[in-house]
Amino acid sequence: MSSVLYDLPGPVARRRSRIGSVVGGVVVVGLVVLVLWRLQDRGHFEGDKWEPFEDPDTWNAIRDGVRRTLQAAVVGIALALVLGILLAVGRLSERSVVRWPATVVVEFFRAVPLLMLIFFFFLAFPDLGSFGALVLGLTLYNGAVLAEIFRAGILAVPRGQSEAAYSLGLGKRQVMQQVLVPQAVRAMLPALISQCVVVLKDTSLGYVITYDELLRTGRLIYDNYFNIIPTVIVITVIYVSINASLSALANLVERRTRVRTGGAPVVHAPVDAGAAV
Amino acid sequence: MRILLDNLGKILEGFQVTLVLFAGGTVLALVVGTVLAAMRVSPVPPLRWAGATYVNVVRNTPLVLVFIIIVFGLPELGIRLSFRTFAILAVGTYTAAFVTEALRSGINTVGAGQAEAARSLGLTFGQTLSQVVMPQAARSVIPPIGSILIAMLKNTSVAAGFGVIEATGTLRELGRDFPQALYWLFFGIAAGYVVLVLLLSVAFRELERRLVVLR
Repeated sequence: MSSVLYDLPGPVARRRSRIGSVVGGVVVVGLVVLVLWRLQDRGHFEGDKWEPFEDPDTWNAIRDGVRRTLQAAVVGIALALVLGILLAVGRLSERSVVRWPATVVVEFFRAVPLLMLIFFFFLAFPDLGSFGALVLGLTLYNGAVLAEIFRAGILAVPRGQSEAAYSLGLGKRQVMQQVLVPQAVRAMLPALISQCVVVLKDTSLGYVITYDELLRTGRLIYDNYFNIIPTVIVITVIYVSINASLSALANLVERRTRVRTGGAPVVHAPVDAGAAV
Repeated sequence: MRILLDNLGKILEGFQVTLVLFAGGTVLALVVGTVLAAMRVSPVPPLRWAGATYVNVVRNTPLVLVFIIIVFGLPELGIRLSFRTFAILAVGTYTAAFVTEALRSGINTVGAGQAEAARSLGLTFGQTLSQVVMPQAARSVIPPIGSILIAMLKNTSVAAGFGVIEATGTLRELGRDFPQALYWLFFGIAAGYVVLVLLLSVAFRELERRLVVLR
């Protein structure tokens, strides 16, 4: 891939790289051993710290946590999709009465930290509860982000497509629905799936407003059994496996779509307030 | 409105902490991200694997979990620092994974001929990367790095859940003390974030405009 950066290593370089790897490996292993030793000193690896994970109740709690995480993520994504489409249509409108409010809403919600939105809804609308506040925050923030993804996707369709459609006598609505959207959706699919990973990660902000999703469930477990290290390891593995599979799916879709369109155009992305971080 | 103005000092103090977290996180993320990106394209396979593992694990971990690992995990190893330092470590190490990916794709956009020419002049991998490829890659990655740093600015708000009273933490405190003024406080502090985000995007656009080179 980027082997263009260096010559094929010869025997000397290979030997040096091997020696370096061994020395580096020893240093890393040494650090890991040091960490484990310190943790061992504090009794983090005694059997009883892991015992809670032999109890089916713990796994039931974790399963409920995963369920609540997925619930918040799915409802949030579904509502954000609807809001995103509305806002994107608004921003693409030819009427400035529609375009301006949509622009202000999109720019505002993309610039404000999600956690702050969630705090605000939690305090301002106690009736919503922690689930409602979390989902409302996820919806507004991601709706604004998705609106920009949709808009960029529509604008990225070559202009000849809409010109050809108009010249065939199609109306504005038909051009959008039958020509632009189908082509844009294909191009946006990887970004959409990546955004799902972001939403899934962001549900963990529910931790701060006491919504019992996966992370808070973990906290309840280690507050109960005083086994923070084992619990954090288990929770991290669960999060990373769910998100890594989604990310892999996004990559797969991206590679597929790229093959079909024959080489993705190099898009020069501007500085964006709603990056998937 | 009056409550917002009366507490302006507190709110500005909050934003000052936000900026401290942002500055510390930026330095950490850029340094760690650059090192990791160099590892990911290096000729030594174990370095490539280590870089890839870091990126894949951290990118798929929620930031709140990174905070928990650092704020509650490091003290278990006997490392005790202030909450503010912990917060900088958390946002910095988290954002570094995204910086690495941006830099790596930037390195891949630099024409193959550049690296080939450098190598044919006898430059080593380190020289090729640091003197020929990285300076060109840096220009094309300015917009994505800008987006990542804007996201990091917003992500510093997670520190509010871990003992740091920055701008978002100020909203929580003041919102509890003055529930009647919650809307004013929210829109006031939100405006602060909007201004910071705007300033950052203008700064990065200017930087891009100055450094851009037609190729």
